[in-house]
Amino acid sequence: MELIWDSLPRLFDGALLTIQITAISVAIGLLAAVPLALLRLSHNPFVRLPVYAYIFYFRGTPFIVQLFLIYYGSGQFRDTLEAVGLWIFFREAYFCAVLALTLNTAAYTAEIFRGAIQGVPFGEIEAARACGMSRGLLYRRIILPKALRLALPAYSNEVVFLLQTTSIVSIIALLDLTGVARVIIARSFEPYKLFLTAAIFYLVMTYGVLFVFKRVEFWLSGHLRDRPDDSLEAEADTAILR
Amino acid sequence: MLRKIFAATLAALAITLVASAASAQMKKVRIGTEGAYPPFNYIDSDGKLQGFDVDIANALCVAAKFDCEFVVQDWDGIIPGLLAKKFDAIIASMSITEERKQKVDFTDRYYNTPAKFVTKAGANIEISKAGLKGKSVGVQRATIHENFLRDNFGDVIEIRSYATQDEANADLAAGRVDLVLADSVALDEGFLKTDTGKGFAFTGPGFSDPKWFGDGAGIAVRKGDDELREALNKAIKQIRDDGTYKKINDKYFEFDVYGG
Repeated sequence: MELIWDSLPRLFDGALLTIQITAISVAIGLLAAVPLALLRLSHNPFVRLPVYAYIFYFRGTPFIVQLFLIYYGSGQFRDTLEAVGLWIFFREAYFCAVLALTLNTAAYTAEIFRGAIQGVPFGEIEAARACGMSRGLLYRRIILPKALRLALPAYSNEVVFLLQTTSIVSIIALLDLTGVARVIIARSFEPYKLFLTAAIFYLVMTYGVLFVFKRVEFWLSGHLRDRPDDSLEAEADTAILR
Repeated sequence: MLRKIFAATLAALAITLVASAASAQMKKVRIGTEGAYPPFNYIDSDGKLQGFDVDIANALCVAAKFDCEFVVQDWDGIIPGLLAKKFDAIIASMSITEERKQKVDFTDRYYNTPAKFVTKAGANIEISKAGLKGKSVGVQRATIHENFLRDNFGDVIEIRSYATQDEANADLAAGRVDLVLADSVALDEGFLKTDTGKGFAFTGPGFSDPKWFGDGAGIAVRKGDDELREALNKAIKQIRDDGTYKKINDKYFEFDVYGG
């Protein structure tokens, strides 16, 4: 118990790094995913196929392989990277981890959005066209807002998965939550206590993610809920006035 | 026909029984090792365990008449693995230290070599608090070397802990860390003498302060497993005396790793 208590500050630091790399990767990944999903749906094969290949690669290989390729792979091309001035980024484990996580989540998220865009009922698109909406307006007002709502449950899953996936970055010597736990285990030889504590940290963080998504979903689905019965409220109001 | 099958089955059963009776006389011992610490223990291109530790372990098993089986286990889970009875002994260049003695028992040492820093040849880094200030040092997680760094230089250097020594070496070669600290023999054979280790060299003195580096490498067994520990101690003495140790030593090293 004392061991866990003494380890808490360091585990908090680790959790902070976990949250940080998750947040950065999710934010950039989300920004990249929407255009990627649209390109993935393009009718032009020269646009569609490269995006398809990228998504297929990142969905089709384990994250640990992607991370090793980016981290130790870039080490092999140090001279080339130095020549173009990119080595200062690839030198840092932090950058490599965020890059790998971002590329990974962007691929998954693009697939989620692709599905959601295709899931928008055709009747709604037809109605918008009948109103004379241009293609841009149609995407902005009808397809993307609807797709966002459709994608949300699957996307919340993806964010939770990404949070768990970050635990792998400890293999490139980053001190995320799992990394810190491992360092402490190295001297205390108490894997159960430390990993159990780390597990609780992860559960709390996951709960936080789910909570945020629940609020966002609630906020976006106002039009689907029953209206509050305001006839009763009005009666009550008048009753007080009397 | 049916009788023939019956007879054959019976015969096969009898053979199995006799065979298992024979092996039952030999104590079954599972040995945990890492398989990623050349030249002491590593997995060769055919997927076979090789190295000084592995040869010593095999020699000890012959001497003690054990029926041995190897279990490969990542380094930072190797003591927990022993405690969880995934194997009965660790023969993986594990240094005998006070910290580890609180969790496991050790046999006598079977070799002892000092630890050293490696850096770029000609980098001219002085091994002192002032000289190392702001440098990043790669080290394998859960090793005596990591503990030594944290306790002596932890406040001035950036310590990067890797799962295996090979990964730490790869990052030294890539220029992500300025130095690595590890066993001098492991660094020499596993890094400096390889292609990736070109242009790198030892720097500073050899470290062997027993407070961190213990009394050399021994075999870890679960606390209270005295029967196994004593049998292994006897076996170590036997292979030292009958020349088996020297033969294995000379296969890997040009000097005596047993230490004085």
